[in-house]
Amino acid sequence: MPAWTSSASTEARPARRGGVPRALPAIKAVLFALALLPLGRLVLAGTHGWFGGLGANPIELITRSTGTWTLVFLCVGLAVTPVRRMTGLNWLVRLRRMIGLFAFFYAVLHLATYVWFDQWFDVQAIVQDVIKRPFVTMGFAAFVLMVPLAATSTDAMVRRLGRRWGALHRLVYLAAVTGVLHYWWHKSGKNDYSEVGWYAAAVVLMLGWRLFDRLKARARG
Amino acid sequence: MLIRTPPRHDPTASEITPRRVWQRRRELIRAAAAGLALPAAPGLALAQGPKAEPAKLPAKPGPFGTTDKPTPYKDVTTYNNFYEFGLDKDDPVKNAGRLKTRPWTVAVEGEVGKPGTFGIEELLKLAPMEERVYRMRCVEGWSMVIPWVGFPLSELIKRVEPTGNAKFVEFYTLNDPKQMPGVSSSVIAWPYVEGLRMDEANSPLTLLTFGLYGEVLPNQNGAPLRLVVPWKYGFKSGKSLVKIRFVEKQPVTSWNRSAPQEYGFYSNVNPNVDHPRWSQATERRIGEDGFIQRKRPTLMFNGYADQVASLYAGMDLKRFY
Repeated sequence: MPAWTSSASTEARPARRGGVPRALPAIKAVLFALALLPLGRLVLAGTHGWFGGLGANPIELITRSTGTWTLVFLCVGLAVTPVRRMTGLNWLVRLRRMIGLFAFFYAVLHLATYVWFDQWFDVQAIVQDVIKRPFVTMGFAAFVLMVPLAATSTDAMVRRLGRRWGALHRLVYLAAVTGVLHYWWHKSGKNDYSEVGWYAAAVVLMLGWRLFDRLKARARG
Repeated sequence: MLIRTPPRHDPTASEITPRRVWQRRRELIRAAAAGLALPAAPGLALAQGPKAEPAKLPAKPGPFGTTDKPTPYKDVTTYNNFYEFGLDKDDPVKNAGRLKTRPWTVAVEGEVGKPGTFGIEELLKLAPMEERVYRMRCVEGWSMVIPWVGFPLSELIKRVEPTGNAKFVEFYTLNDPKQMPGVSSSVIAWPYVEGLRMDEANSPLTLLTFGLYGEVLPNQNGAPLRLVVPWKYGFKSGKSLVKIRFVEKQPVTSWNRSAPQEYGFYSNVNPNVDHPRWSQATERRIGEDGFIQRKRPTLMFNGYADQVASLYAGMDLKRFY
């Protein structure tokens, strides 16, 4: 995948080519398997009653679980660049596409659960929900923002878009912010920010690091 | 994939058997996990909750029944909102074991001729127990059908002789950090306070509840006594009550105080008045609606309009939500 180390990377400086571990394919395979665990848990809970089953309200559990994992993958994806820069492990960027696509994968499951099993394809009710309720609006916006990112994740698209690819993929910052807002407003009625607070903190940290990094670069340059 | 066919819940007596098996299994797992510590510390075992089956609570069939299928006991007792024991639905069943329901007293005070403190044993004998199979609609958009055991709150009200100043009733839930890990959170102000207008409190539907499924209430469902107000969203029905206070002014209830734009004092089930963050037009009946069946329409006053609509004649229910 030369694209990830090409100038199309979001980093201004070209990534160093050295230091790619031989085990990278194996690391990717392990990451892929790990990323499927949340889905596997839901499937086995549903089919075999493992892990305590899906509980009294399976749709709610699936919706919450897939939504949570979307945020987790978004946060992990946002962490790649800071961690890479702090540790010098530049090959970490090679994992980023898979992480991002898993965020989209769980977002698709999250949306599908809502559209299918919560709303039963009632288009009118869904449109009403998206228009009238800010927390649904935010969730929908986050999903819409992720679509072009997933669609342009192939090597061919990275090559074709060139520099614009990096600019386009900064949309992930907005997707993460709207995703957290979606969760935040969902919880706001009960003043229960114990969980969503962690995701908000993570996103603020990741974006804050980027801002700080940019200001530092500007001061230097 | 996610598509699956859940086992159909059959609300016959056959529900009871799997529950007992299930309960016993948990006991065995708990005992196994505790190893030798369990027999060595009987006091601890007792504090964790009764090991025996919940005591029976005989009742004669009561009015206002429904033909809806009762929700399985397991769902009724494992999917609960009881924030004193934690915010997640499965927290109450995990944490309520440490609630001690004996001895238990309920203070009745305020604008009444005969204030006093009632022991739980005394309350249990106050009036004949009835089984009331009620729909329960949570403000979050899900519902259950629960065979409660209790008697009308009006039985207690008439015995304490409210004065002419008694216009509202406040219901206070126990607030004990030692028994209730959830009250350390700042989600709402504790103790949990709910309230009803006098005529609502005296409605024959309003049930002072001591049991469900023919047995005493499990702790997570509000033992040893709670209110059940079936035409209002579930949070209006205070659990584990320790104080009932008759007052002249409309009470400031916990959720109303916490989020006044979302939770009004009345909080009658009303498909035409949306919650700010979701529609109240439909509901998911637990154990029934979901993968194979879509959500069902919510009924005005949760289907109890014949009994209670007259209480709100002339009121703008959009304003007094």
